[in-house]
Amino acid sequence: MDRKRRSRRELYTKDICACSIFGAMNRDGDRFTGEGVMKAIASMRVRGNGLGGGFAAYGIYPDNRDLYAFHLMFTGPTDVARRAAKKELEAFLARKFEVFFDEEIPTDDGVVVRDPPLIWRYFVLPRKEGDDAEMTDGDYIVREIMAVNTKIENAYVFSSGKNMGCFKGVGYPEEIGEYFMLDRLYRGHTWTVHGRFPTNTQAWWGGAHPFGLLDTTVVHNGEVSSYGTNRWYLEMYGYACTLQTDTEVIAYAADLLMRRQKLPIEIVAKILAPPIWAAIDRMDEKEKRLLTALRMTYGPLLMNGPFAVIIGETGRMVGLTDRIRLRPLTAATRGEMFYISSEEASIRLISPHLDRVWTPKGGEPVIAEMKGFEKGFERIC
Amino acid sequence: MMIKAAVPKGRPSSVPKAGVSAGTGAVSIDAAGLETRELNDRLRELQLSGTKRVEISNVCGQRYIGTRLYTPEGQQMEIDICGTAGNDLAAFLSGHKITVDGNAQDGVGNTMDSGEVVVRGRAGDVLGFSMRGGEIYVRDGCGYRAALHMKDCEGKRPVLVVGGGAQDFLGEYMAGGVVIILDLDGESHDANFMGTGMHGGVIYLRGTARDDQVGAQVDISPADEADRELIEEYVSRYLDRFPEVEMTKEEILASPFVRLTPRSKRPYSGLYAY
Repeated sequence: MDRKRRSRRELYTKDICACSIFGAMNRDGDRFTGEGVMKAIASMRVRGNGLGGGFAAYGIYPDNRDLYAFHLMFTGPTDVARRAAKKELEAFLARKFEVFFDEEIPTDDGVVVRDPPLIWRYFVLPRKEGDDAEMTDGDYIVREIMAVNTKIENAYVFSSGKNMGCFKGVGYPEEIGEYFMLDRLYRGHTWTVHGRFPTNTQAWWGGAHPFGLLDTTVVHNGEVSSYGTNRWYLEMYGYACTLQTDTEVIAYAADLLMRRQKLPIEIVAKILAPPIWAAIDRMDEKEKRLLTALRMTYGPLLMNGPFAVIIGETGRMVGLTDRIRLRPLTAATRGEMFYISSEEASIRLISPHLDRVWTPKGGEPVIAEMKGFEKGFERIC
Repeated sequence: MMIKAAVPKGRPSSVPKAGVSAGTGAVSIDAAGLETRELNDRLRELQLSGTKRVEISNVCGQRYIGTRLYTPEGQQMEIDICGTAGNDLAAFLSGHKITVDGNAQDGVGNTMDSGEVVVRGRAGDVLGFSMRGGEIYVRDGCGYRAALHMKDCEGKRPVLVVGGGAQDFLGEYMAGGVVIILDLDGESHDANFMGTGMHGGVIYLRGTARDDQVGAQVDISPADEADRELIEEYVSRYLDRFPEVEMTKEEILASPFVRLTPRSKRPYSGLYAY
């Protein structure tokens, strides 16, 4: 008996693990299918463990580019519960939005995934009545998404931008990509991808990355050890953290700082990953005053702990690590293509020849922009 | 980095999966589609069958290449890698020589014991992590935390030579060994936190460094005669391995070098003592 137990222990193999993140942008705006990014993320399979994978794809709904595309997840334990959540959600939508059309998001039933929820998309415009007429579309939509996620049981809006969409679930990312047929049905100019190794919370469909509000999405490798402080701060601004995982706060912080407060990404990076005080002390007077003011004002949005993220927006993709780069991030370019990845090899797999490869410094954003983006390119606020 | 000519990438696709190439007598492996374990199993099999030289083409992120090749007899191989070597290349390396025609990722030479690694490109983070013997030469730059906790061990003295610059935390908690950063691009040394927690070994930087770039445990001093002899020896070895580098030994050595050394062997000895 002893021997048997001992041999079982020896057979145990440690999982080598970390999340994987990958992003690809065609800076000319030419669109491509999800096939390449699925291949790239699959090559980093050992970083995840099959408990979450997801994609954000930009430019995929050109025929409905002026409508907000809501992707909904109905997660009840039974089909009856899921249908009930859908019915309640649709009654809510009918009151708050103009729904132009809706459909089930097509999936390949030949791909085996665990406990898939009912996943539906609605193309909508806000119906702002009374006092709400003063609100921006963005503020109105974010408020209503928070209402759905907190008040309608088993219903979650997990994607809400124009001409873009998130696709995510429990599984390896390449399986999720096949499940949603991203290599066949969609063409986007920017894709970000995530393979998950959940560290602190259990895996569920809503907990897979990306997380997003409107057209801003986040995929993340690492742990936000300041989650409690960040969450408390964001709640003051009306953000409800309902998705049971730390990355959610990065997405909401990005929405608050970039969309609502309209801060440039260079400043946002210094809020999320500020230089240490000793480094600030060495700066010239003007920079020192700026960085000190940012740390004083936005202290509760400092993301502590190790992280590497890719923030996606319409026309822009930003890679950022914590200030001492405790998670890897490699950037590369080839012609009009811009790549960001956890590992260089995954980029080389789909683009063997690269013009430039580099690892950005900790806390300094690497920014890919589509041509024309700076000239107010289709900003959605 | 000034490089004379582009290095050809990839081998002809007609190379058999594990054939013997006519010219060098090396066994070739096409790593396309191979998983980490499959590739390393094949290397182990080849080693046990007495193979002396292996060429691996189409490497793309497979990890731990060169690990698991220890034999009590110290049987050695030369492994030539074409492609992008995955994390922890040459981890625990035991006497073998590995050359990468391409870039390497994070953790090259992790806890390496002996042998040599040559990267004809750049390396990622934690290069030479806990290395305790052998030599690593990287033609271009490297990422964060190179030489993290590198150490001397049982009479061995590991050496790391980097042609480009190094990013922050170079030599963090370094306990032994020699690190030479040539910075031939002239882009750094803008790295910070160099030698934080360092308590052994020596780092040589071509150029200079400011006090605020190094940890509180580190002294910066100009390289003396003995230091420069050591540096010259390793610059020669670096140039032997990378003839494509467009600088001569004299040009490289014409610059000043500084030496980073620890002030104490036990920088934190008083940390928890009252």
